[in-house]
Amino acid sequence: MLSGGFVALVTVAYFGLLFGVARWGDARADAGRSIINANVYALSLAVYCTSWTFFGSVGRATSGGLSFLTIYLGPTLMLLCVGVVIKMIRIAKAQRITSIADFIAARYGKSPLLAGLVTVIAVIGVVPYIALQLKAVAASLDILFPDSGTAAGLLGVDSTLLVAAVLALFTILFGTRHLDATERHEGMVAAIAVESVVKLVAFCAVGLFVTYGIHNGFADVFARATAQPTLAGLFAPDAARAGNWAALILLSGLAILLLPRQFQIIVVENVDESHLKRAVWLFPLYLLLINIFVLPLAASGLTDPRLAGHNPDTFVLTLPLAHGAEALVLLAFVGGLSAATGMVIVETIALSTMVCNDLAMPALLRSTWLARRQNADLSGTLIAIRRVAIVLILLLGYIYFRAAGEAYALVGIGLISFAAVAQFAPALFGGMYWKQGTRAGALAGLLAGFVVWAYTLLLPSFARSGWIGNGFVEHGLFGIEWLRAQALFGLSGFDEISHCLWWSLFANLGAYVLVSLISTPDAVEAGQAERFVDVFRHGERAPDARLWRGDASLPEITGLLERFLGPARARQQLAAHARMRGLADWRSLPPDAGFVHFAETELAAAIGSASARALMAGVTREEDLRLEEVLDILDEASQVRAYSRELESKQRALEAATNELRAANERLREVDRMKDDFISTVTHELRTPLTSIRALSEMLYDDPRLELEQRTRFLGVIVSETERLTRLINQVLDMAKLESGRAEWTTGEVDVGQVVNEAMVALEPLFREKKVSLTHAIAADLPSVLADRDRLTQVVVNLLSNAVKFVSGGSGQVRVSVVRDDAVLRVAVADNGPGLTAEECTQVFEKFRQGGNTMTDKPQGTGLGLPISRQIVEYFGGKLWVESAPGAGATFVFTVPLPAPDA
Amino acid sequence: MKRSGPTRQRLTAVALAALPLLTFPLLGLPQGEWLSFPAGLVYLFGVWGGAIALAAWIAERPGR
Repeated sequence: MLSGGFVALVTVAYFGLLFGVARWGDARADAGRSIINANVYALSLAVYCTSWTFFGSVGRATSGGLSFLTIYLGPTLMLLCVGVVIKMIRIAKAQRITSIADFIAARYGKSPLLAGLVTVIAVIGVVPYIALQLKAVAASLDILFPDSGTAAGLLGVDSTLLVAAVLALFTILFGTRHLDATERHEGMVAAIAVESVVKLVAFCAVGLFVTYGIHNGFADVFARATAQPTLAGLFAPDAARAGNWAALILLSGLAILLLPRQFQIIVVENVDESHLKRAVWLFPLYLLLINIFVLPLAASGLTDPRLAGHNPDTFVLTLPLAHGAEALVLLAFVGGLSAATGMVIVETIALSTMVCNDLAMPALLRSTWLARRQNADLSGTLIAIRRVAIVLILLLGYIYFRAAGEAYALVGIGLISFAAVAQFAPALFGGMYWKQGTRAGALAGLLAGFVVWAYTLLLPSFARSGWIGNGFVEHGLFGIEWLRAQALFGLSGFDEISHCLWWSLFANLGAYVLVSLISTPDAVEAGQAERFVDVFRHGERAPDARLWRGDASLPEITGLLERFLGPARARQQLAAHARMRGLADWRSLPPDAGFVHFAETELAAAIGSASARALMAGVTREEDLRLEEVLDILDEASQVRAYSRELESKQRALEAATNELRAANERLREVDRMKDDFISTVTHELRTPLTSIRALSEMLYDDPRLELEQRTRFLGVIVSETERLTRLINQVLDMAKLESGRAEWTTGEVDVGQVVNEAMVALEPLFREKKVSLTHAIAADLPSVLADRDRLTQVVVNLLSNAVKFVSGGSGQVRVSVVRDDAVLRVAVADNGPGLTAEECTQVFEKFRQGGNTMTDKPQGTGLGLPISRQIVEYFGGKLWVESAPGAGATFVFTVPLPAPDA
Repeated sequence: MKRSGPTRQRLTAVALAALPLLTFPLLGLPQGEWLSFPAGLVYLFGVWGGAIALAAWIAERPGR
């Protein structure tokens, strides 16, 4: 048996470890090196898994079968709606919101009344949940030390009260150590993440021990359980409870965002929005892992004769205890303790912030006490109020545990709290997406929902414990049958939670929508509605300065900041604000709308938006803006946004047009340059033969006694130069016609093989004269193509005469081939001439670009043959190119597409 | 105005697809035993785990 001293030692050591982690986290945060990364954030979300999960799920599974899983499916689905969560985070950051009460109150015009109501609902609603943790810790102590009994405890003090006291002390040390009330609690978040790991490891260790140590694996556990007819039904979803199933998924989905501690961890403690991307799957994975062994534990506990008569809520401890695994019992105890302390710490910190900012501060602001201590630093007072609130909340939890705790299983108590915080849903989500939702509507909805919740769930839980009479549950209020608390208006067939959820949300949503539609928001509300709903559009920009008008004095406002934030922090923030506005000294800040907004936001972070607004209203002489004015300003603002968007898109269009024009201009210049080049090249090409013709003609003219032989030679040159001139002019004309698209084409069916043959025959003398061999390979049965026969001949003749020009006489070889290649005919003229470099392979198709070295050799052609040939081939839809390498000959290839086969 | 990115929309789509799969009447479909385990249990954990895996894949893909 474990000794009390040893358990106490382990507990103290464990708490010491957590405290060390928290101090480390805080120190790192102060040093600006946050230890909160995506994984820590995701794990800290698992503060959702409390004693309820650790002990209660097994108990729930023994009676409700698979329905315990709904509590984890809801959060999985809700977290996947990342857009909603990111919007909440964005709003909270923009408005420096520190709690869910603050969030709802800020949306509806920073209403102190609404903040107070939300706080009251949260405290009353969550107290049972805190009682659940106390009950679980007390019960596990009872298991560990069965002889002492709950009532005896240490030094005659009730052990549950002792647990509550220790937890209160621990929470105070954890959450309100900093004098600075505005900071996030990074150390606490880190400690919570550690606790999450501990409870998962502990639970899975017990699960593995039971499944594989006591039994032979999952299949064995289930086989044993399903052998008992009473248990077989536990493992199948029960369609008869479909309504309850859906209600619990909805309830838990809402709870993951609306429980004060979940809001604290997910929204307030969020350091970086991108951490959500990890949390969105890591947290559900955590939930899945911690639930894998729940059913095996439940089945195993129910079938184990040694546990007969034990409370199923304690199977996690009693199963290893019954099998003598004491180390495991201790681990499970520490895991359960982790689950309880984590929940209590975060929940009471969140609630104490709300109580301090939204219940105590408004009272304080009205009291004369504050007025008398005109210049005192109040940041210490804030911390003191929070500490008192923590103690009071835990005390309330203890009282509830004494009053009603014994009558309920763990899960039953927790669900009462879930149903309470679900009442925040219409006002909160409505406020985020519906501008028309008003303060009056939110108040009406919350009140209606809360009253129905209290009547159908909270009071019956008291009645069940015998604390108050249960007549209203059995027979209805005043004996009216329709008002039976858990069968309101005769609605039955649900369990009490679904029944409450259905009626309370109906009343809540109905009242919220109805009252919102018939009431008008005031100016502040309308402004806040805009900032909440359109938070993504407003972004980080400062709010419209015109939404505040009045007089303020710098010393009064800085005085306020120093009182509530503490002088050091206040000066730091003032200096940062002054820097942002480009001022060296904060004392020279103008007390304008922007400064008032800054001061109010800073105060809001410390004491909540409603109290901050009330305080600021006290030191500034603010003119009331009428609702119409505010709406005008907001409308104007959105119009300006629309105009600027329009302007932006016009500017983009203009830029695009400018770019197009610039490109077109560039092309025109290029064409112009090409035309100039062309003209200068043509005139140059024309001048060369003209010069020689003129020179020879002058010689003939000047010297009539020239010998006949000489004369004949000169005239021969003149004739050939004239021919070249004519050819050149013809080709230039041809080229111009082709390029302008005015060439005449007579398209018909052409047998390419025949065209090639004819061209070869026509040029044969040329080849023979230069002693160049000409061979051919023309495939048989070539289909005919659609082309202009003469033009095609022109191309082949051009390629052949080029080839014969560049090969050397005697050893030159030219080979022509025509083959069918897929959907084209491919004509290739290969020679064994000097070949072309890669650069020349493209240059030869440019106009007036001669093959060979034009500087040293006499030009052998006009330089227009290949460009013209390419124009012709491309006109028929084919291609002309050259494949060559220096020294390896050149192969000119062109293709002509075959006509599409007739359909 | 920022529009919600494709990742956010895809994650929401996973939630919308998982919701009917994890509630009645579809939840009533698995009956008897699968792989010698209770069918309902295997089905619930399977769909749940599948949704988590899908979400992890969508959220952790690089370049977004």
